[in-house]
Amino acid sequence: MYDMKELYEAFSVQEAIELRLAHPEAQIIAGGSDVLVQMREGKRAGKELISIYLIDELRGVSLDENEAIRIGSLTSFSHITRDPIIQKYINVLGEAVDLVGGPQIRNIGTIGGNTCNGVTSADSASTLHAWEAIIELTGPSGKRLVPIKDFYIKASTVDIREGEIQTAILIPKESYENTWGSYSKYAMRNAMDIATTGCSVNVRLSPDKQTFDRVRIAYGVAGPVPMRAPSAEALIQGKALTIENAEAFSLEVLKDINPRDSWRAPKAFRQHIAVEMAKRCLIEATKRCGGVIN
Amino acid sequence: MKDQYRLIEFNLNGKDVACMVDCRASLTDMLRNDFRLTSVKKGCEVGECGACNVIIDGECYNSCIYLAVWVRGKHVRTLEGLMGPNGELSDIQQAFIDETAVQCGFCTPGFIMSAVEILESGKLYTRDELRKLLSGHLCRCTGYENILNAVEKTMKKRLGITE
Ligand SMILES: Cc1cc2nc3c(=O)[nH]c(=O)nc-3n(C[C@H](O)[C@H](O)[C@H](O)COP(=O)(O)OP(=O)(O)OC[C@H]3O[C@@H](n4cnc5c(N)ncnc54)[C@H](O)[C@@H]3O)c2cc1C
Ligand code: FES
Ligand code: FES
Repeated sequence: MYDMKELYEAFSVQEAIELRLAHPEAQIIAGGSDVLVQMREGKRAGKELISIYLIDELRGVSLDENEAIRIGSLTSFSHITRDPIIQKYINVLGEAVDLVGGPQIRNIGTIGGNTCNGVTSADSASTLHAWEAIIELTGPSGKRLVPIKDFYIKASTVDIREGEIQTAILIPKESYENTWGSYSKYAMRNAMDIATTGCSVNVRLSPDKQTFDRVRIAYGVAGPVPMRAPSAEALIQGKALTIENAEAFSLEVLKDINPRDSWRAPKAFRQHIAVEMAKRCLIEATKRCGGVIN
Repeated sequence: MKDQYRLIEFNLNGKDVACMVDCRASLTDMLRNDFRLTSVKKGCEVGECGACNVIIDGECYNSCIYLAVWVRGKHVRTLEGLMGPNGELSDIQQAFIDETAVQCGFCTPGFIMSAVEILESGKLYTRDELRKLLSGHLCRCTGYENILNAVEKTMKKRLGITE
């Protein structure tokens, strides 16, 4: 038995909004793989919950009228990895979430929960930052769209307002068109482990594949919330595909990131691997674009 | 708490069932206490070990971090559902015995349900892929190799591949 005070169940987005307004203290539960564990540990014991897990309209991946990729907030990690739209346009997201926990966790964990928890180590978060994802929230006065970097306010706090729930994550066409990505997760174990650091890079090359047209890089666990490395992105823009440029790019990330010492790893180690990950992901993403770094 | 008990209807191991369940119950609680399906083990109860793993609508879930009320209208399968009409073991259970993939047995039902999902996909996986597909389970006894052998051999047998 879970030590919860009350369980309210929503079967539609409208019901969820009404329950949110009626019970402002209650916590939303999607797949529950964070919430139920915290409740079991006593951290959230005695709380009221609003279950949104059975709102089927929030599941699935589609292309919207602007050809943005629309991922319903309740879509599980395993369904993202197996989805043909994800595989065709932003396969790196499928690869990143395929590194979450183990198979059963990937069946229950949702991408909405992975972003609404505001956790820096969330395996989808750095890739979503690198794709400049847009968060869709639905509330009493309709839909609100927020760029993912503004959605994160501070560790464990995201911009969800009164009566709102997150209903989708959108990847605009400008972000994914002709662009290929690579994700790297550093952890002590290959399964069932939280990232010591995670890095996601995506690359668009010039039509002749000789220069970097646009590069995006984002990290998890390089600061209190997932973050981009804008100095590194600016440095490599328009540069030739050389190993010197790749190395300069990866060192430049140190100007942007701010990892801390923790029991998992000291700051210096996190900085060291962040540089190495940037380089490897850049090289891999470039390869996926059909470019050759020499 | 008002309406603490809720009526839920679902399909359990092939039979349609109904239950008035405490909304605070995990699926493990309901399967063990209301249906006496004790193959569903309570290991860590925080989603780490896989001892409570069951199949819901064809996918594996750790039932300890799954609310019982969520199975409304779904198909749930536990190890007990693998039993043949005269109490026979399934091929994968027999393989666990033959390969000495069982010692204390606490992790076994969970592993076998993941193996069932793998086997029913009808795909041929490499040893490394199987390792990843089974990575949501902890076993304190066997050292995993015999478990992998049991799953790999049953997979090949079902696909008609002889070594
Ligand atoms: C054993 C184990 C291993 C794990 N390993 C990893 C790992 O390797 N990498 C990783 O990133 N995570 C991991 N996790 C954490 C967890 O599985 C993920 O964060 C998952 O994405 C959470 O999704 P959920 O639907 O289960 O969230 P829930 O627990 O239901 O919710 C998480 C938070 O988000 C809020 N929320 C959820 N959905 C919405 C919504 N639509 N609108 C508004 N608020 C919402 C909830 O109120 C809560 O605060 C692991 C968890 C377990 C138990
Ligand atoms: S008891 Fe459910 S995962 Fe351990
Ligand atoms: S056989 Fe004892 S835990 Fe696996």
